[in-house]
Amino acid sequence: MKKIILLFTIFLTFSNLILKSENINEIKIFKNIRCLICQGQSIADSNSDFAQTIKLVVKDQILEGKSEKEIYNFLIDKYGEWIVYKPTTNPQNFILWLTPYAILFIGGFIILVIVKKREKH
Amino acid sequence: MNIKFNYIILFGIPGFILLIFFLGLNTNNKYDTRELVGNQINNFKLIDIYENKTITNLDLKENNFTLINFWASWCSPCRAEHKYLMDLKSQTDLRIVGINFKDKEINAKNYLKELNNPYYFLAKDINGKISIKFGIYGIPESILVDRNLKIIKKYIGPINEKDFNEIIKIVTKL
Repeated sequence: MKKIILLFTIFLTFSNLILKSENINEIKIFKNIRCLICQGQSIADSNSDFAQTIKLVVKDQILEGKSEKEIYNFLIDKYGEWIVYKPTTNPQNFILWLTPYAILFIGGFIILVIVKKREKH
Repeated sequence: MNIKFNYIILFGIPGFILLIFFLGLNTNNKYDTRELVGNQINNFKLIDIYENKTITNLDLKENNFTLINFWASWCSPCRAEHKYLMDLKSQTDLRIVGINFKDKEINAKNYLKELNNPYYFLAKDINGKISIKFGIYGIPESILVDRNLKIIKKYIGPINEKDFNEIIKIVTKL
């Protein structure tokens, strides 16, 4: 009897975890998809017709077993890179990804030069 | 050296910020999918409203060009473009496939009874999912494809006289 209770508890815990992870995954995707007809909203925040339909399509694709990346690629193929908030890393976006690090590096270098000069004086 | 460096910081950074503002303010921030041409339409299967027959991507390969038009009876700009669709049907051998978006079948049929039917094939998209597969985000929208199902042109919003002339030019070029 104890074993059955233990197994049942394990089953409940894991089934809950699986369901939770699926929900998180879905909401994470919604939050990364831009609502093209709204002002600065993701489809997670929007109740527009477009957002609702995209949600249905994303849910369908999750049920079909498609990965997060495959879903994004499908939407990028249809609507362009603009549909996702987090741009993908590809040769066209290379500067976009590199610029913040470059600015950080240059900024650090300028500060270093100023500090060194002050030390000399 | 020191003065040069200070000048670079004094003018370089504000200059860079101004340049970013200038470029940002001169960019059109209203995004649309008009530029997304050259992609291929994926495999699809649509059901006709009238005859209950199905149409697939293979059926579009029979003709040189096909215009896939997304519309609804409740959409007033669709009425404005309807006369151009009728003219395209009568003046060219372009096939027009209509996709009736989130509409009641009876309303769609009455609309076409009133304004005439320009469609070679008319499919229904009850929940809008089919339109998402074509990259549609509002109606009316139209996609001009060639026989290889490559997107030649996208028309966001109602087709106007300029678009009409452009379509005529493209489809009669062959």
